[in-house]
Amino acid sequence: MKTQKNISKVLLYTLLIAGVICSIGPFYWMVIGASHTSGEIFKVPPNFLPGSELWTNLKNLDESIGILKVLGNSLTITLIYTALALMICSASGYAFAKFKFKGRDAIFFVLLLAIMIPYHVTLIPLFKMMAALGWINTYQAVILPNLAYPFAIFLMRQNMKALPDSLLEAARVDGAGEFKIFFTIVLPTMKPSLAAVAIFLFMFQWNNFLWPLVILNEQDMYTLPVALSSLIGLSKVDYGQLMMGTAISTLPIMIFFLLLQRQFISGMLGSSVKE
Amino acid sequence: MAELQKETAAKQVYEPKAHKKNWITPKNFPYILIAPTVILFCLFTVYPVISSFIMSFQKSDGAGMAFVGLENYVRLFRDPLFLTALKNTFFILIIQVPIQLFLALILAAALNSKLVKMKAFFRISYFMPAITALVAYSIVFMIMLDENYGIINYFLSLLGMEKVGWLTSTTWSKVALMIAITWRWTGYNMVIYLAGLQNVSESLYEAASIDGAGRIRQFFYITIPQLRPIILFTFVLSTIGTLQLFDEPFILTEGGPNNSTLTISLYLYQNGFKYFDFGYASAIAYVLVIMIAILSWIQMKVAGDQD
Repeated sequence: MKTQKNISKVLLYTLLIAGVICSIGPFYWMVIGASHTSGEIFKVPPNFLPGSELWTNLKNLDESIGILKVLGNSLTITLIYTALALMICSASGYAFAKFKFKGRDAIFFVLLLAIMIPYHVTLIPLFKMMAALGWINTYQAVILPNLAYPFAIFLMRQNMKALPDSLLEAARVDGAGEFKIFFTIVLPTMKPSLAAVAIFLFMFQWNNFLWPLVILNEQDMYTLPVALSSLIGLSKVDYGQLMMGTAISTLPIMIFFLLLQRQFISGMLGSSVKE
Repeated sequence: MAELQKETAAKQVYEPKAHKKNWITPKNFPYILIAPTVILFCLFTVYPVISSFIMSFQKSDGAGMAFVGLENYVRLFRDPLFLTALKNTFFILIIQVPIQLFLALILAAALNSKLVKMKAFFRISYFMPAITALVAYSIVFMIMLDENYGIINYFLSLLGMEKVGWLTSTTWSKVALMIAITWRWTGYNMVIYLAGLQNVSESLYEAASIDGAGRIRQFFYITIPQLRPIILFTFVLSTIGTLQLFDEPFILTEGGPNNSTLTISLYLYQNGFKYFDFGYASAIAYVLVIMIAILSWIQMKVAGDQD
C-alpha cells in the first residue's frame, strides 16, 4: 500500500513538473533570446544561458519601432481604458446585482448574448464609424468600443451579489443618498473584486491586437502588439530584437500578475475558489 | 481660511434641504448606473452588429454600397478559399478543443489530489501562459518551431527523430498551430476546473475508494460527471474562441503554407482590410455568427439531454 502510494506520488509529480517545464519554458526561452543575436538564437545546439546582446537588441528595437513611444501608447491606452471600463462595468454590475428594475433581465440577457458574438462582426462598421468621425489613429478609437465589456459586467454582477442587502438598507435608513452608498459603501467593500476585474481589463487591453491593428496605421500610434507584428513583416527579421520586444510586452504583465495572482484568479471565478 | 469655514458652515445648514429635493431615488438610480453601459453598448455593439448584417447583402458600388441580395452568401459557398478556411477551422476545432480540455481536466484532477504539495506554485505556472499577449507568444513559438534551427526540432533530434517542417509543411503547420493554442489555453481551463472541483464532495471519492475504485476509475466516474456543467461551459467558450482564431495564424504562419492554416477570421480580415470588400467580409462574419449559434446550441442540447 505504501509503495503504491509512493509510485503514484512520483508519477503525479513527474506529470506536473513536465507540465510546468512546458508552460514556463517558452518564457525562459524568450528572456534568453532577448539577450542574443539572431545567429545565436538559431545556433545548434541551442544556447540555454543569457547572452551579452541585451543592450544592442534594445537599441535596435528602439531604432526600428521607437520602443518608448510604443510603450507609452500601450500604457496610456490601457490605463485610461482600465479606469473607465472599471467604473462603467462596476456601476452596471451593481445595478444588475442589487436592484430590481424594468427591463433588467432583458438587458442582462442581451449583454450575455454579446459574449457569444464574434468580435469580427463589429469590425467593419466600427472602422467605418471611426473613419467618418476622423478618429483613425487616435487613442479614443482604440479605447471606446470595448468600454462596456459584457464579461466584466458579468463578473462584477456575480461578485456584487455577495454584498448583504441589509448593509445597503441600513445606509438608506440613515439617509445616505444612492450615489453616496455606491461610492462610500459598495465600492470600498468590493475592492478585491474590483482589483480582479481591473487586472482582467488591463490584460485584455494590453494584449488586444486585432482592433488596434485595424484602426492604427501610423507607426507613431502603434501599440506594442501591433508594433511587434510590424517587425515580422520586414524582409529581414532581426530575431534578437523581436525577442526583446516580446519580453518587454510580456514581463511587466507577468510581474503584475504574479503580485496580484490570488485576487485575479479568484475574481475571475466569481470568488468561488477556496484555498 | 475664515471665509472657507464660513462657506462650509453655510453648506452644512443647507444640506438637509438639498437632501429633501434629491431627485435620485432607489427607483431611478439603477437606470443611471446602467446608462453608460447601455449607451456605449448600443453605439459600439448593437449598431455595428445590425449595420454589418445589412452590409452582408450589399456590394461596393462606386462610392456607396448597392443592395445585391444573397449574392455574397452564394459567392461564399463557391469560393474555394473560404471552403478551405472553413475546413481548417473545423479541423482545429474537432481535434484541439477535446485534447486541450481533457489535458486541463487531468491536470486539475492531479492538482486537486491530496498527494500534491505546492499547489499554488503549480497553479500559477500553468496559468501563466493565459496572461501573455497572443502576438508575443506566437512570435516565441515561431522562433522555437523553426525547421532547421528551432529548439523544438533540436529536442526531437536528441530523441533520434527527423526534423519536422512545423511551419513549412501543410500538415505540420496545423499541428504547430494546435500546439501553440494548447499551450496558451490549457492552464486557463484547468483553473476553471479546479474551482469546480472545490465543490465536489470529498465523501464521493472516499466512498469510491472504499468500494475499491482506483484513481483512473474515480476520474471517469466521479470527476467528469460531477464537473459536467463546467465542462460544457468550457466547451462552448473554447468553441467560440477557436472559431474566431486570428492572432496565432496571422503571426505564426500568415495562413500558409499554401493556405493550410487559413482560418475564417483571417480570411475575413483579408477581405475586409486588404481588399476592402466590406460586403463580402460582412457575409463571412455572419456565417461565423450562425455557426457559433448552432454549435453552442448543439453543445447545450447534448449536455442537457444527458441530465
